[in-house]
Amino acid sequence: MTDLTMIWALILAFAVFVYVVLDGFDLGIGILYPFFPEKKDRDIMMNSVAPVWDGNETWLVLGGGGLFAAFPLAYSIILPALYPPIIAMLLALIFRGVAFEFRWRAETAIGRKAWDGAFIAGSVVAAFAQGIALGALLQGIEVEGRAYAGGWWDWLTPFTVLSGVAVVAGYGFLGACWLNLKLEGEVQAHVRRRARAFGIATVAGIVAVSLATPFLEPVYFSRWFGWPEILWVSPVPVAVALLTLGLGWSLVTDGRDWLPFVLALALFGLCFVGLGVSMWPYVIPPSVTLAEAAAPESSQMFMLVGAAVLIPIILAYTAYAYWVFRGKMDPEEGYH
Amino acid sequence: METFLGMDAVLLARIQFAFTVAFHFIFPAFSIGLASYLAVLNGLWLWTKDEVYLRLFRFWVKIFAISFAMGVVSGIVMSYQFGTNWSVFSDRTGPVLGPLMAYEVLTAFFLEAGFLGIMLFGRSRVGPGLHMFATAMVAVGTAISATWILSVNSWMHTPQGYSINDVGQFVPEDWWAIVFNPSFPYRLAHTLTAAYLTTAFIVGGVGAWHLLRGRSRNPAVRTMVSMALWMIAVTAPLQIVLGHEHGLNTYEYQPTKVLAMEGHFESHEDGIPLILFGIPDQEAGVMRYEVSIPRIGGPILEKGWDAQMDGLDTVPDELEPPVGIVFFAFRIMVGIGFLMLGLGLWGLWARWRGHLYEARWLHRAQVLMAPSGLVAVIAGWITTEVGRQPYVVYGEMLTAEAASPLGAQAVAASLVAFVVIYFLVFGAGVLYILKLMSHEPKPDEKGESAEPGPIRTAGTTPAQQTRKVQGA
Repeated sequence: MTDLTMIWALILAFAVFVYVVLDGFDLGIGILYPFFPEKKDRDIMMNSVAPVWDGNETWLVLGGGGLFAAFPLAYSIILPALYPPIIAMLLALIFRGVAFEFRWRAETAIGRKAWDGAFIAGSVVAAFAQGIALGALLQGIEVEGRAYAGGWWDWLTPFTVLSGVAVVAGYGFLGACWLNLKLEGEVQAHVRRRARAFGIATVAGIVAVSLATPFLEPVYFSRWFGWPEILWVSPVPVAVALLTLGLGWSLVTDGRDWLPFVLALALFGLCFVGLGVSMWPYVIPPSVTLAEAAAPESSQMFMLVGAAVLIPIILAYTAYAYWVFRGKMDPEEGYH
Repeated sequence: METFLGMDAVLLARIQFAFTVAFHFIFPAFSIGLASYLAVLNGLWLWTKDEVYLRLFRFWVKIFAISFAMGVVSGIVMSYQFGTNWSVFSDRTGPVLGPLMAYEVLTAFFLEAGFLGIMLFGRSRVGPGLHMFATAMVAVGTAISATWILSVNSWMHTPQGYSINDVGQFVPEDWWAIVFNPSFPYRLAHTLTAAYLTTAFIVGGVGAWHLLRGRSRNPAVRTMVSMALWMIAVTAPLQIVLGHEHGLNTYEYQPTKVLAMEGHFESHEDGIPLILFGIPDQEAGVMRYEVSIPRIGGPILEKGWDAQMDGLDTVPDELEPPVGIVFFAFRIMVGIGFLMLGLGLWGLWARWRGHLYEARWLHRAQVLMAPSGLVAVIAGWITTEVGRQPYVVYGEMLTAEAASPLGAQAVAASLVAFVVIYFLVFGAGVLYILKLMSHEPKPDEKGESAEPGPIRTAGTTPAQQTRKVQGA
């Protein structure tokens, strides 16, 4: 594999990770909505992400567009293979995205409730579809020549349903940790209770998916349980266990409202590393490697020049936008 | 072959792409112009301190937020649809088009999204200077976005700067030639101007409607009507010139498309007529009920009065685009273009006579033509996209060989879902926009962060609210 292919694999992995944690917490707000029926709570929950959700979702476009650009073969195999979940995700994101605006424009309680419903359903379905997509990629995609060769329901297995549920739980957990950071008073106490429940569900999901994954493909199994690989990879589950303890402690003790969110990000980071351990060096396990799917060097180089300059700038102004809206939410302030 | 209602998977995928892209483009066509208008309004407010501009900014920024959100979510669909429905196209063109789209994300989408939050919610948090900067960045972002995606689209019309490797992929050889392909500058200028015209007609139409309804003396209403009519007076004639230049460029690189646009089934030996109207009969290869002016078609294409031209009869049938669609879509676009020019002149006349705000027939025409830009834009895209058929990459790759290996059932199911959900969701959005437009911009117009959502609808108005209606 060339260095350029390696760099692009890392850039894309970074983009997908940033997407997962950023849109993860704002999709999580929608996942948590059913537990907060009060209008004033829902208003402030939505306002806590209103200025940033659009930027968060842009990382999904970078993930998709980047895959198209850097690994066009992978893009053109994965998307038809995951056709129904991808379409469901896109439609769900429509409902959820417009709910940010429409919810405030509805003039009747019924109208507002309908957009609340769209926000909930859109968030849950988008998260579930992303989890399905992750699971379907891990369990392998049938390829013939340069095209997807399976049927249009191949993605649906118990394993993908499990990974779908795990991602819904995980995003709900991220959302709860975010709200714990942004809210105060009684609603924050409520959020912390939810965070504990979603945290337990998330860790259970991580454990279940992690235990099932090595049995999907022999290559995963030897990666995790082979000798001497086990020496290199065992710190990952150990770190997950330690983080879980830290998270539990931070959610039962008061103060340090930022800590659960930061630890939750670290937990997602570790899952991501674990995923990389399993999949490497494939982009579509077990048929297409990163090297096979890579765009020609002239494409990689042309993009790298821009990415090297632009991604740091994007991170800087994104951080600035978060900084502008930092701190606890003022219930008086809002939009519309 | 598996079909759905007699349509195969490729046709269904084409319908799906046409539907989703046409729906999507309605929103950017409006918000590209509106973003710039908002930047101008905010700049004028900071410069003159005339409250009317702030009032207008606050009126339009709420409409912008809705339109922009709909543009974003319908745009994400587009960025994945290349892969879901057109995987062979993606595999083969990815090395050339992927990087251009990646640049669109990196230079435009992040810029717009990053600063949109500050533009909508941040005026009191960052101060007027940075808020102005954020507003300008959103406007710049929309234009940069259009630039990249039009470069992508134009390359598919006039591809160059590539070689083809042994697995059939287009491999970039000369990025300059790819980005600045021959039709790109023309398409960019024509499309951006169309966006500004579209917005001017909507802004002016809304203002005219308020003038008609209330004989409004509201200075904000008058200002938007006046600004919009100036914009139309300048851009409508400019657009006709740009459209003509774009047409000449198309005639050079995609002559078949121009033959379909102008309805030239037959070759002409001595002078090219200008066909004004007719009913194309592609099967028979003739124009029925033709109304045409002899000879002036030559000079329009920068040829002589007695020029010779090869018609569609010299093109193999399987390489002809569907003539009827192209012919009529082109006429709709051009017809609207000239009506726009007429309205621009009418506005100048009313202004010169000093009755711009009392000219009721002018205002009625403005209201009637408020959505005309959107219609023209869609008609224009139909002209150019249908006109390059049967190719998806002109001269190199057929549309029929670009689709994903999907069954017709799968594509049909997703098409039905898109149609139902788009009409439902975006229909609601358009209603909300119309509702916002139906209120005059009031002196105490609530704007960005001035209107606390929780409090307003709770029915109580605490003292803080008045304090929070800040000036800048």
